[in-house]
Parts: sequence; C-alpha cells; structure tokens
Amino acid sequence: MRFSLQRKQLCIPYFVFLILFVVIPILFIVFYAFTDAQGFFSFDALVSFFTSTKKINVLIQSLLFSVLNTLICLLVGYPVAYILATSKAKFNYVVVMLFVMPMWINFVLRTGATRDVLTWIGLSGGEHPYIATLIGLFYNYLPFVILPLYSTMLKLDKAQIEAASDLGCNRAQVFTKSIWPQTIPGVVSAAQMVFMPTMSSYVIPETLSEGKIVLFGNSIYIGFSNNQWNSASFMAIIMLFLVCLSMLVTRNYTEKDQEGGSSKW
Amino acid sequence: MVKTAFKYVFVYLILLLMYVPIFVLIVFSFTNATYIGEWAGFSFKLYVDLFQSKETMISLGNTIIIAIISAVVSTFLGVTGAIGAFYSKKRNRALFENLNQIPVVNPEIVIALSLVVMFVFLGNTVFKENLFSFWTLLAGHVILSAPFVYLNVKPKLQQMDPSLYEAALDLGCSPRKALSKVMFPQLLPGILSGFILAITLSLDDFIVTAFTRGPGLLSGDNAIETLSTLVQAKIKKGPIPPELRALTTIIFLVVLITVIGITIYQNKGKNKPKRRRF
Repeated sequence: MRFSLQRKQLCIPYFVFLILFVVIPILFIVFYAFTDAQGFFSFDALVSFFTSTKKINVLIQSLLFSVLNTLICLLVGYPVAYILATSKAKFNYVVVMLFVMPMWINFVLRTGATRDVLTWIGLSGGEHPYIATLIGLFYNYLPFVILPLYSTMLKLDKAQIEAASDLGCNRAQVFTKSIWPQTIPGVVSAAQMVFMPTMSSYVIPETLSEGKIVLFGNSIYIGFSNNQWNSASFMAIIMLFLVCLSMLVTRNYTEKDQEGGSSKW
Repeated sequence: MVKTAFKYVFVYLILLLMYVPIFVLIVFSFTNATYIGEWAGFSFKLYVDLFQSKETMISLGNTIIIAIISAVVSTFLGVTGAIGAFYSKKRNRALFENLNQIPVVNPEIVIALSLVVMFVFLGNTVFKENLFSFWTLLAGHVILSAPFVYLNVKPKLQQMDPSLYEAALDLGCSPRKALSKVMFPQLLPGILSGFILAITLSLDDFIVTAFTRGPGLLSGDNAIETLSTLVQAKIKKGPIPPELRALTTIIFLVVLITVIGITIYQNKGKNKPKRRRF
C-alpha cells in the first residue's frame, strides 16, 4: 500500500502545472471576456461582437473556410488512405510516411514556399485570395487527414466487405453499407484534426491571401497585437464554445475509436 | 491491373503535389537569384549567405534550445503524470485525463491568448513588471507538448504486466529502483516517441511563441526570435529571403535522414521482440 501511494504522488508536478497554466488561464479568459477595461463586470465585449457585422462576417467566413477545407481534405485524403491501406503493395507505409514528412519541415517556411510558388504560377494571393488560401490550407492539413483515416482503414473487416459483395451488393452499396460505416470513426477524427485548426489558423490565411482574408484566428491575433484583451478574450470564448460543441456532436462516434485506440499505439 | 496502376498514379500525383513547394525552394537554393523562377547560374552562394546571416543563426539557435528544454520538461511532466494518474483512484484518474485533454482539443491560439492574458494580469497587478521572458515562452511550449507525452506513455502503462513491478519489490528492490529498473525500460518506447513529438511540436510552433515570448536567450534584450517568428516576419513583407531557401534544403535533408533512421529502427523493433520474448 505504501508503495502504490508513492507512485500516485508522481502526478503531482504535472497536476500543479495543468492547474497553473491551463485551468487558471482559461478562467482569466472568462474573466476578461465579461469585464470592461476597468475590470468591472460588463457585457461590452459580447454586445460589440454580436452587433459588429464585420466580426460576424469573419465568423461566418471562417466557418465556411473550415467546412470547405475539411471537405476537400476528406475528398482527397479518403481515397488516398483507402488505396494505401487496402492494396497489397509492400511499401505502403513508406508512402504514408512520405505524406507525413512535410509536417516536419517548419510550417511557416512551407506556407511561405506555397505562396511563392503560387505567385510564380500566377495564383498570387493579391489577385486570388480565396483560391490561394484554400490551396494553402489544403496543403497543410491533408497529412492530418490521411493519418487517422489510414489507421482506421488498416482495421477494415475485409471479410465483411467481401460478404457484402457476395450477397449481392453492387459497388456503391458495398461502399455505403460496409466500407463507409466502418470508417466513420476515422472520418470523424480526421475532420476534428482539420475543422477547428482551420478556423483558428493565422499564418496560412495571413500569408496566402496577403492579408486580405481574415479568419477567426487572425482576428484574435489582431486583438492580441492591439492589446484589446477583452474583445480577444471574448472571441476565444466563442472558439472554446465551438470546440465543446464539435466534441459533443462527434462524441458518439469517437468513443468507440478511443476504446480501440489503445492498440493503435 | 490497369486499375491498380491508375489508383497509384492518383496517390503519387497527390504526393508529388505535396512536395512541389519544397522541391521548388530546394532547386532554387542552388542559384543566386532574388526570386524563385529566376535562374542565375548554379552556385552555392546562398549556403554561404545562410551561415553568415546572423539573425538566421540566432533564431535557429533559439529554436533548438527551446525545443530541447521544453521537450525535456514536458517529457518529465508527461511521464510522471501518466504514471501517477495510472495508479490513482479511478475518479482522480478520470479528472486527470480530462484535464490533460483540455490543451489537446483547445486551439493553439486560445491556449496562447489565455496565457498572455494571465501573464499580463499578473504583471500589472501582482509583480508590477513585464513578465514576458524565456520562462513564459517555455510554459507555453510545455503546455503544447506535455499532454502528448502523457498520451504516448499511457498505452504503454496499460500494456505493462503489473505483477512485474510487484515482483521487483518482493525480490528486494526499493520502490525507486523498481521504477527505474523495471517500469522505466518498459515505458521507454512511449517516452521516446513522446519526446520526439514534443520536439517537433516545439520546433513547428508559431502562435504560442509569438504570443508568450519576451526578451532573452540568444536574442539578448530583444524579443526571442525563433525560426517560425523570423520567417513569418520576413514573408509578411515579401518572398522568402534567398538564404532561407538554402535552409529549407538543409532542414529537408535532416528530416529525410531522421525519417529513414526512425523507419529502420521501428522495423528492427518489429521483428526482434517476438523472438526475444521467449
């Protein structure tokens, strides 16, 4: 008994750290979001956020970009992961590795490189901010989609797929009735890897649109650099709210994945 | 047959597209031209420029120092946290897991802003001085990576045979010795992958660095400049500076060698333990 007590105590430093630098800062954000510059309780930040068409537009535009980027990444990443996970070629894991490798090159440098190449081929952010930003987002987040999809698809029950086609499903039905349901946990965790990070991204839209497109991350950054703690904190609260919302929505799908997740590592 | 070939053409085409920007930078790192797309003859001048560029070298040094220190600290916290939580009561463990999950799901920019707001508040009201320094930056980087170290170690704890630790105690090990001689070696793969992840997360970070940095390290009295913040400041004004194209080549090579090394190491690990166990 004495010994297990000692092992338990090992978590104290990390616990203190989490309280000091994760929990308390979030409380500070809540505090700043609902006070004014003098530190008195107020709804100023809330009111000015929801009455400003500019800020609402940023929110809507960010949501649109997130949805679009998630869809594009899934549309491209799903078949890539499926091909790599199901074909019999020997070195598929090397190809997966190659897809992930760009993630290890500094992402600001990669973003700059993407912009310079796009400018070179005539797709500069100054003239085509939307296309350039979408390409930059896609380019950055595709690996994050391929990885979870690939690891889910490695566990696909091939017997079930074959059974489906033996029992008279055509190819589309095999997909909708057997493959797709089996891969939903992977799709959900892939979408989670893209959706919120896209909304909160700063460097990519800032660089690729040459400052023309402001996503939610950018507007928090602007608040930060102008020392507008109250309005920036309120936007962070909205961000947190969206995170909680997306976790609630996807909860039923990911729990299954987490149980099986231990074997993944 | 044709169909499989077609499938692979699709995969490789996407893969190639992913590498276009990097390869373009690498190709144009061997010519001394201001813009990519211009070719001014083959030369290694940009590589010489790179090592003579003081600000790049300072930022590289900062980046590496921060990555190593923050990875060591987050590995320590993540590993001790995972072990401690694993042997805690179920309810406490659930609380700990949830706490650990907050920074994982929380967008980076919210983590960064929450820290800044706290440091600003404490600086204004309690300490009466500017708190931003290397230490605030370190706290930010540790928050980014410690949860992932924890998540890497946890499954290793679950796979571990609990009787081994008790056997070590029965056979006369002190708890500390049982930890270091019996538990630690079994956790080592998880600890190592957590450590590597912590390094890569720190190397790649921009937002938390930009928010929480203060003066210090190699930057002296100026705000700490890392590779990410330096490159961001440069590309905001214009194209990637030519000497950074040379840096891209070097980073690419280092990453390539590391990836090859890890792949070989993992494959060795895959084949060996099975034979050793019996």
